[in-house]
Amino acid sequence: MASASRAIRGPGLSGDPRAFLRRLQSGDEIAHLTTLLFGASVLFITGLLVYELWVNSALARHKFGWAFLWTRVWDPIFENFGALPFLYGTLITSAVALIIAVPLGLGAAIFLAELAPPWLSDSLTFVIDLLAAVPSVIYGLLAIFTIVPLLREYGEPFLRRTLGFLPLFQGPAFGVGFLAAGLVLSIMIVPFIISVSREVLLAVPTDQREAALALGATRWEATWKVVVPFARAGILASIFLALARALGETMAVTMVIGNNPQISASLFAPGYSIAAVIANEFTEATGDLYLHALIELGLVLFLLTFVLNGLARLLILLTAERGAALE
Amino acid sequence: MQRMTTLACLVVAVCLALTSPMGALGDETILVNGAGATFPYPIYSKWFDEYHKAHSRVQINYQSVGSGAGIRQLISGTVDFGATDGPMSDEQLAQAKTKVLHFPTVLGAAVPTYNIPGVSAQLNFTPEALAGIFLGTITKWNDPAITGTNPGVKPPANEIVVVHRSDGSGTTYIWTDYLSKVSDAWKNKVGKGTSVNWPVGLGGKGNEGVAGLVKQTPNSIGYVELIYAIQNNLPYGRVRNSSGAFVKADLASVSAAAASVAKSMPDDFRVSITNPPGKAAYPISSFTWLLVPANVQDASKKAILKEFLHWMLTEGQKYAEPLAYGRLPHEVVDKELKAIAQIQ
Repeated sequence: MASASRAIRGPGLSGDPRAFLRRLQSGDEIAHLTTLLFGASVLFITGLLVYELWVNSALARHKFGWAFLWTRVWDPIFENFGALPFLYGTLITSAVALIIAVPLGLGAAIFLAELAPPWLSDSLTFVIDLLAAVPSVIYGLLAIFTIVPLLREYGEPFLRRTLGFLPLFQGPAFGVGFLAAGLVLSIMIVPFIISVSREVLLAVPTDQREAALALGATRWEATWKVVVPFARAGILASIFLALARALGETMAVTMVIGNNPQISASLFAPGYSIAAVIANEFTEATGDLYLHALIELGLVLFLLTFVLNGLARLLILLTAERGAALE
Repeated sequence: MQRMTTLACLVVAVCLALTSPMGALGDETILVNGAGATFPYPIYSKWFDEYHKAHSRVQINYQSVGSGAGIRQLISGTVDFGATDGPMSDEQLAQAKTKVLHFPTVLGAAVPTYNIPGVSAQLNFTPEALAGIFLGTITKWNDPAITGTNPGVKPPANEIVVVHRSDGSGTTYIWTDYLSKVSDAWKNKVGKGTSVNWPVGLGGKGNEGVAGLVKQTPNSIGYVELIYAIQNNLPYGRVRNSSGAFVKADLASVSAAAASVAKSMPDDFRVSITNPPGKAAYPISSFTWLLVPANVQDASKKAILKEFLHWMLTEGQKYAEPLAYGRLPHEVVDKELKAIAQIQ
């Protein structure tokens, strides 16, 4: 399909000048140039972003080198900076969020696209799109006043009693910490997974369902074994969109993560994320090295997102090939 | 199409009509831009507003972007004046293209607030107890360092949960400046600044973040601005000052802290008044400063800055206490009034 659309697109800037003029008159060439310009602006903005982050983190990059990535200290007074606790906090909270949000979001999307009556599906989708537009500080407030006290009084003591043999669920229950941040992130990213996955599932051709049903599959078998695998690439894309949002979320995370740059196996412990520390310390960062270290953290977050996105593309490519082989 | 053009003309005409009276005034209005500390923002915005009412052609814009950003913007010359909660360091002063003058404006303080189930009395804290708690060496509420100065109070044998600011802040600067003065261990291990490497504890964003965590978490202790504690009726402890008296923070004891160092005030006003001498002085207090370049090119801006500083130090001070800021002691005001002449 992709190759077909590419063939229609035409020769672009090259070719016979008279033909070019004709195409210009009909508007084709103008549209081509304009959209090319808009497309290129994405690259330009990304390039500018990397350049700015790179230049403005020079002092920290020279002083700490690669060790910045695995240093565990963050000391603005004695000017010793390392990114490891923040990297750890960012990855752990995002992982917790995905573990909760993916099954929830995918299940809801399947229900809305395949099983629910249209009036219910449409009205629920409207509510979900509303959820996606709620500002993150509102989610943060929700977390502070409900999730955190509930976690401290009931959730964490319960987990410690039942799963306390795992290092993940040990230590004192403060309420704030990796678990609280992961939970609020999962609530924030579920609408993205549902909304995009539902669209993708709805886009699966009806023939596919009918063929499966004609072969004697039940409604659920047709959904789970035919429709979902068909939509796999789009569903993965929705998950990675959600992950990108979780990685970069600032406000809601800093309100509940505890803001203590430490690495702890326990999800109950307070931690810190990259986006949160930048937001917290940027305004009052007085020293040049301090400021550059904060900007280097931004660079690290950018690279992290870049790497994870690359992995996502790879995963989609691999599964797409497997899907093709199955057909 | 024609209707579109008519509509566009109409819109432009309306816009012009709306802006033209402002445009006429704009010829005379003088804009002065400042940026910096968030802690004094309520009083500064009140001042600039009152000053604008009295001098309608002067408009002072103030962006409360934080002390660090204020200092950086002043050094790079993008604002006419800055504001900070901690005085500029010698290196920062050397970076600036022109000499920068410090003018103390009002006083603030940081207070220890706590939440201990079963304890409703106002606790007395020694400097050693506060340093020990925030260093993580005192871990239980029934530690002798706490019970010793609080006869009649029976704190539980629970672990102390320390709460601090996670965002860079002038309140943290005052708090850590004080701890650095009373504890060598703190000075060598942690130091003072708007953000530090905290040995223990949870971080809350802003005064409201710290207060929220303390309110919610049993057996916790944190520090907040005095103003915030007063306005929100938070319980806060007395702190022993250098003369051995346990003093409750209020506007009088904070001003007393400033008065006790007024005589030894250095000429550039860069002074820390934490842990001052004086029986009535609350020991965790601080000035907050306006930063003004000693060399202002624009003659009209220079006149405005000088006039505003004079107004702020005299008439403006009466707005401080209703907003729960400590007033400057008159010794400091007199000295500052003389220093205004340094602006050339």
